Amino acid sequence: MIEVDHLTKRFGSVKAIENVTFQVEKGEILGFLGPNGAGKTTTMRILTCFLPATEGTARVAGFDVFDAPMEVKRRIGYLPENPPVYNELTVDSYLDFVAKIKGVDPKERKKRIEEVKNRVSIKEYSGTLIKNLSKGYKQRVGLAQALIHDPQVLILDEPTVGLDPNQIIEVRQLIKGLSGNHTIILSTHILPEVSMTCQRVVIISKGKIAAVDTPENLTRQLQGAERVYLEVKGPEAMVKTRIKEIEGVLRVDSNKLDGDEAFSFSVETELKKDIRSRIAKKVVENGYDLLELRTLSMSLEEVFLQLTTKEEEVRGQ
Amino acid sequence: MKYVFALLEKELRYYFVSPIAYVVLTVFLIISGYFFYNILTIFIERSMFASLQSQQFGGPPPSIDVPALVSRNFFGVLSTVILFMLPMITMATFADEKRRGTMELLMTSPVTNLQVILGKFFASLIFFLVMLLPTLLYQIFILLYSSPRMAFGPIFSGYLGLLLLGGALIALGIFISTLTENQIVAASVTFGAFLILWVIDLSARSGGTRLQEVLSYLSILNHFEDFSKGVIDTSSLVIYASFIFLGLFLTFRSIESLRWRQ
Ligand SMILES: Nc1ncnc2c1ncn2[C@@H]1O[C@H](COP(=O)(O)OP(=O)(O)OP(=O)(O)O)[C@@H](O)[C@H]1O
Ligand SMILES: [Mg+2]
Repeated sequence: MIEVDHLTKRFGSVKAIENVTFQVEKGEILGFLGPNGAGKTTTMRILTCFLPATEGTARVAGFDVFDAPMEVKRRIGYLPENPPVYNELTVDSYLDFVAKIKGVDPKERKKRIEEVKNRVSIKEYSGTLIKNLSKGYKQRVGLAQALIHDPQVLILDEPTVGLDPNQIIEVRQLIKGLSGNHTIILSTHILPEVSMTCQRVVIISKGKIAAVDTPENLTRQLQGAERVYLEVKGPEAMVKTRIKEIEGVLRVDSNKLDGDEAFSFSVETELKKDIRSRIAKKVVENGYDLLELRTLSMSLEEVFLQLTTKEEEVRGQ
Repeated sequence: MKYVFALLEKELRYYFVSPIAYVVLTVFLIISGYFFYNILTIFIERSMFASLQSQQFGGPPPSIDVPALVSRNFFGVLSTVILFMLPMITMATFADEKRRGTMELLMTSPVTNLQVILGKFFASLIFFLVMLLPTLLYQIFILLYSSPRMAFGPIFSGYLGLLLLGGALIALGIFISTLTENQIVAASVTFGAFLILWVIDLSARSGGTRLQEVLSYLSILNHFEDFSKGVIDTSSLVIYASFIFLGLFLTFRSIESLRWRQ
């Protein structure tokens, strides 16, 4: 549905994105994950024909964003970083205007407006001036605007930014409910958002793609640097030094547990080395009580941190 | 065409919910009324004075055509007053769209830049016409109560001239509005540009050198005078049409380059 091929965008001498390549299948939700300034908005603006790329091509539903922008625009619903609303219009007159410029069939217009208002639950605000809406409701109006012409492709730039926790959950569910009928790209720098809503993730950092995969696979891939969690009854500092003696241990963090004298330890170990049994032996050999021992799988958040910090190290050297 | 209409409708709706629109309309109503009253009394006094003189000293009866003079001078005043009002009509057109981020909505919708520009241009023009509407009452007043009867021609050509002059100034104002995100900056620069046109017009009138002749030919304010006298000259029409085209063309280029510059 969406094919992005070696996109590069320069602003003067600054490379906002470089060689970005990825595809999105029909009906899929793709998460676009990256820290501030990574190039998420820039990529989305190229896809929506707002900005031209410096190099590379992008196609939406088979149409090139540069050669056939009108065809692309007709098929895309776009929610920019800040909802593009006119404060002095009411929700209804705003949606009416957007429906007209998006080319919604005049006979369908009324119906479509009602449908999208129901969809994003802003029905009771139909006659309210947009400037009197809260940030969260403005964001919903922005979503309604993106949905009004029932586009095949939805591009949402940080759709949950500035919402309160309840609204975030609602909007995420809303987006999830839209997949299947719509192909969706959503950008975010909130990591749990991606694993909650997306089937696939593109991680972008400093304008370059760092990884493309499912949230689960990304987590597994990076599990090479495994973590072992254990609970031990014994002196905290001593246990820590003993564990550190084991070959392959990179780091040990400890925490006091509620019970007396017991501590929890989180041990980070080298790639592809299962040293659980050695840790167990060491603890028991030294006469401490081992209460629990298991591997920890890394959250996507940690995957993400690793990917970006890796970049830092390369640059620093 | 239906897109232009949708954009135009939105612009007009936006005008009439903003307080600036009502300030502009009210201020213009007061100023134009004041000047109309002043001009009317000046010429009535002058004609009465002239007829008194001729009665006292004999001689030919005075030949002061009060209605025509009032109408012509009134148009002259209007053409100056709009220099102050139009920047407020055009300042927000693109500047505010850029500031609010709604430019992103317009430019990612299946409408062309030309449609967006025409929607804004015609909306501003319509607002301008609404602003002029009350002045029509004064002209009707002259038409009804003047003796000898005022000719209809100069009034028609006067309004046509105002429309063309207004269109040219609006096109320039809209172009300037694309250059900034700040309405106030847009209004100030537009007003500055109008002042320059005005100064050019003044200096063109003050002499007869070659350069001044060229300037007076190009001066859009100068061409308005013909219209207020009831003369519709093709060359004036051409100048106004070119000026409007130039303004809209610059707007178009400015918006296109916005994409590339960003
Ligand atoms: N109009 C512009 N002119 C110059 N540089 C720009 C422009 N827009 C973006 N950039 C630069 O391009 C890079 C990528 O910006 P972009 O807005 O795409 O990041 P982002 O991933 O959306 O970040 P955020 O999470 O903060 O929204 C940044 O370094 C930014 O400074
Ligand atoms: Mg961004």
